[in-house]
Amino acid sequence: MMRRIYMDHTAGMPVDPRVVEVMMPYFSQKYGNPSSIHSWGTKTRKAMEDARAKIVALVGAKRSEQMFFTSGGTESNNLAIKGVAYRNKDRGNHIVTTAIEHMSVINPCKALSKEGFNVTFVPVDKYGVVDVQSIEKAMTDKTILVSVMYANGEIGTIEPIREIGEIVHREGALLHVDAVGAAGQVPINVENQNIDLMSISSSDMYGPRGVGALYVKTGTRIQPIIQGGGQERGLRSGTENIPAIVGMAKAAEIAKAEMKAEGERLSQIRDKLIKGVLESIPSSFLNGHPTQRLPNNANVRFSYIEGESLILSLDILGIACSSGSACTSKTLEPSHVLLAIGLKHEEAHGSLLFTLGRQNTEEDVDYVVNALPDIVKRLRAISPLTPKELLS
Amino acid sequence: MYTEKVLDHFRNPRNMGEIPDPDGVGTVGNPVCGDLMTIYIKINDNRIEDIKFKTFGCGAAIATSSMITELARGKTLEEALKISRGDVADSLGGLPPIKMHCSNLAADGLHAAIQDYLKKKEANK
Repeated sequence: MMRRIYMDHTAGMPVDPRVVEVMMPYFSQKYGNPSSIHSWGTKTRKAMEDARAKIVALVGAKRSEQMFFTSGGTESNNLAIKGVAYRNKDRGNHIVTTAIEHMSVINPCKALSKEGFNVTFVPVDKYGVVDVQSIEKAMTDKTILVSVMYANGEIGTIEPIREIGEIVHREGALLHVDAVGAAGQVPINVENQNIDLMSISSSDMYGPRGVGALYVKTGTRIQPIIQGGGQERGLRSGTENIPAIVGMAKAAEIAKAEMKAEGERLSQIRDKLIKGVLESIPSSFLNGHPTQRLPNNANVRFSYIEGESLILSLDILGIACSSGSACTSKTLEPSHVLLAIGLKHEEAHGSLLFTLGRQNTEEDVDYVVNALPDIVKRLRAISPLTPKELLS
Repeated sequence: MYTEKVLDHFRNPRNMGEIPDPDGVGTVGNPVCGDLMTIYIKINDNRIEDIKFKTFGCGAAIATSSMITELARGKTLEEALKISRGDVADSLGGLPPIKMHCSNLAADGLHAAIQDYLKKKEANK
């Protein structure tokens, strides 16, 4: 049988079997509504509060009531940005964010800019690192919110959040951090890192999809964007998705317990993958920061060829990964992240993103490193852009 | 998302390469958009005697390039000029809607190569 190697964990992850196991009773056996006062309800209420405590523990928050469950990373980002903007418009109408945020940050910001808010997108350097000083320069006395991602899921770069937070607080604004790509992979401490609001997703740490959370520091002025029965202390209405919440908490617990060992293991095979590819393929380059990067992220690019044809070629050999090429996007535009780090369109098209996971081994990496040179060579032979000296 | 036929032409492209002394060359697309295609033709007695391609681009761009060489080989110039983008997509069993515009460039590339040949011929008169 053909070897099958999945290295597209940022796009989708399996749910850990240990997570599935703890979720199961909450579908058909423990189904009470946590808002009900009878014993069915109090049972699920307790499960939900235990879950909240585990997620609080993952990110170093002090109190359970600082964590609010949502439907996932996208909703958490929307709630943080719109909820803070609307609630604080008496204090100012300016938001600062970066050029490499997830679309669930960029698009709410763009929507707010049509409602009287001003948004500044600060640039990043060639490694994707946000310059602390450019955040400071962008802020005005009207700035109410700064939103910077903890780590970029596409190029893996980890941002200097604590330093950014110091500036943001000194200037009297709030710091929101999109930690969807980072939570569960690298240690986060909302207290030490000056974070006021932080988005987390379950499905990016081997938990079920459709559930996430927003950390909101006590005293932060925020209003709901979804209204209804007043669940989650009024900030997020809707009957709580208990099986998913319990699953997310188990995923957070496992991630916390295994973070150090798994982080070291992944970093090691990630570096082997990057090194192996760059050494065996001419005109290949690393995207993102060489050391300050997520343990699971290897993003490389190859001159003269296009990412979708690389993905198709790898798929034939049983290897799954992603690309920042326009041809793999819904918009036919190459990744805004790759353009923001200064790549030309044609360079961005030739990028390949491997995101490793728990089941990937060193042998998987060897297989990919062995397979890739011939694929690149074949596509370069087909490409009219390839210089003659690379074809021999 | 792709048909078996597209994947077959992607895996085993027909007539890939350059013609050393071509009678016509057509380049269409733009690497900025992610697709660039060059078609080379050799003409004998008003017929396309030989045709080759080189393509930078996605699976659809490579497969349509390969397919156009099969469709055009042996055709008269008049017949070849009638081959449309739609014909290429149909011969491949269809293309995903999003690829119909950006990557389905092969007919344009063939037409550009024929125009190049006709222009050179006119200049040599």
